[in-house]
Amino acid sequence: MTALGKLLRTTAFKLTLVYLTVFALFAAFLLAYFAWNTRRLITEQITQTVDAEITGLAEQYRQGGIRRLVFVVDARSRRPGSSLYLVTTRAGEGLAGNVGSLATGILETSGWTETAYRRLDDPDGAAHHALVRVFQLPSGFRLLVGRDLEERERLHDIILAAARWSLAIVIVLGVAGGFFVTRRVLKRVDAMTETTRKIMDGDLAGRLPVAGTGDELDRLATNLNAMLERIEALMHGLKEVSDNIAHDLKTPLTRLRNRCEEALRVAEDESQYRAALESTIEESEALIRTFNALLMIARAESGQARDGMTECDAAEIARGVGELYEPLADDKGIHLKVEAPAAAPVHGNRELISQALANLVDNAIKYGSGMNGADAQIVVTAKGEGDRILLAVADSGRGIPVTDRDRAVERFVRLEQSRSQPGSGLGLSLASAVARLHGGELKLEDNHPGLKTVISLPRAGSAPPA
Amino acid sequence: MRLLIIEDDRDAADYLVKAFREVGHVADLAVDGEEGLAHALDGQYDVLIVDRMLPKLDGLSVIGTLRGKGIETPALILSALGQVDDRVRGLRAGGDDYLPKPYSFSELLARTEALARRRGSREETVYRVGDLELDRLSHQVTRAGDEIVLQPREFRLLEYLMKHAGQVVTRTMLLENVWDYHFDPQTNVIDVHISRLRSKIDKGFAQALLHTVRGAGYMIRDSK
Repeated sequence: MTALGKLLRTTAFKLTLVYLTVFALFAAFLLAYFAWNTRRLITEQITQTVDAEITGLAEQYRQGGIRRLVFVVDARSRRPGSSLYLVTTRAGEGLAGNVGSLATGILETSGWTETAYRRLDDPDGAAHHALVRVFQLPSGFRLLVGRDLEERERLHDIILAAARWSLAIVIVLGVAGGFFVTRRVLKRVDAMTETTRKIMDGDLAGRLPVAGTGDELDRLATNLNAMLERIEALMHGLKEVSDNIAHDLKTPLTRLRNRCEEALRVAEDESQYRAALESTIEESEALIRTFNALLMIARAESGQARDGMTECDAAEIARGVGELYEPLADDKGIHLKVEAPAAAPVHGNRELISQALANLVDNAIKYGSGMNGADAQIVVTAKGEGDRILLAVADSGRGIPVTDRDRAVERFVRLEQSRSQPGSGLGLSLASAVARLHGGELKLEDNHPGLKTVISLPRAGSAPPA
Repeated sequence: MRLLIIEDDRDAADYLVKAFREVGHVADLAVDGEEGLAHALDGQYDVLIVDRMLPKLDGLSVIGTLRGKGIETPALILSALGQVDDRVRGLRAGGDDYLPKPYSFSELLARTEALARRRGSREETVYRVGDLELDRLSHQVTRAGDEIVLQPREFRLLEYLMKHAGQVVTRTMLLENVWDYHFDPQTNVIDVHISRLRSKIDKGFAQALLHTVRGAGYMIRDSK
């Protein structure tokens, strides 16, 4: 498509044409109306004047007969001006007046007519135009009074010229303006298209130019940039996830394989083979669990679980999870209690939130005792604070030093003090991913002593997650 | 028990057929959705085991068609898609249970047997195993005539076990049906609940009713 072709096809240009047409039509209408009214006014003035004259002359005729009429008409005819007079016999012979020749048949008409004429004192000159009225006198004489239409025609010409000029100016300015405006818009759109093409070719870091005018193109560009930001983050996350999964599953897979290989090499009797096979099954199950957890984290981070969201009560979730883990905690000498007196509505995925909280409680049970065994306790709370709902698990154990807290949330990180316990190292990662999926976050705080993990979620009814 | 297995993966299918046969059940095999539908319409099966992804006609459509024709044979759906929404979709299509892959055979077996049993029984209001009685309406539990006081959750746990008396109940089944959770807690949370229940209903009595089935789960049964 040529540059001009593109220009002409833009919405801006088409819109300009539409506006141009509308405005031109309106201007034309206005001028026409004005012209018509003025013409009517002038015609009215002429007819009124002529009518008055005729009445006057008719009166003269009544008073003094034809002789008187001829005398008066003669006198008036000598006066300069655009008035026309003519008195004729029934046959059409002129008796008085300043009209030289008329269009044929005019004298036979009655009422108002427009006619061409020539003046008596200028018989070879140009023909003029007049509005005349023929009056039949009782004795067969005819009286014609009229007025030259030169004034009217001149006005007509002025207005016509004005119309032509203004129309021409409007069109030229309109089209020129349209071109300029459209070109400017087109340039901006072309810039955006160019950038988009580059982005699609692989430059995910590209962003659309924002002119800073705050108009609709700018707003579009800003929103698209936000979308690109999100896409870049997702692509990054995806790559990270697949990198992580590849790396982190290779270790247990290798271990599995090595065990089997070792068994083939070393085992001698059936019971040893059996033991090797059973341990292989155990390892594979641990691997499957790890894989499922990774998948869950990936889904949570990519926002795929958003469709499973409903209105849930975080207090109810806290009670459910607390009740599930209470016997286990008790068995280990930890007193677990739930404090969730009031309803805490959130818009979310009940399953995921429960799992996240379960992970936190599980961690608290695993690592949250040990300072003073007798006083070990875990408190699970769900409460509202402003426009957030806070789900917290507070233990009285060793806690996590501030420096390690960021790292602890990463996948597969097992801090030194926890390496002896069974577990995959994904609990906090999942809890964090779930919190973020719901537009919230996971925070690790000091419980003095111990660790307090808090999932902060937006309260249902407040702004939806970003 | 007569089973129909609709699974297109040859290896998995053969494995299942053999495994079921070893525990004494009869298993027929269909390798695509259309064949599976045809078999299910003809034969009298106790349970259908349906893979979700099938050639020619997918698993959910097979079940939907059967339900549309008024065939209520219990169906267990196997699927690589294991998220809660997938499960909900599967159950809404007419499935009775949903097991994500990979699964252990003992899990599949326990759930299949639970489904087969369900088909036969009417809804009873009192469950009895040996001298243990559970009244579902009054929420009273007695053993040898003496009342046993249980927490609401313990009651539900016992109720589910007794509903499937004589059958293996896996930890996952308990987590799903008694707590309505579909995740893997990765610790022996359930075991502790069971041992608490056991101490209430079995301790002090000559005969233990609540048994642990190694590698599978639990079972409540009269050992006579």
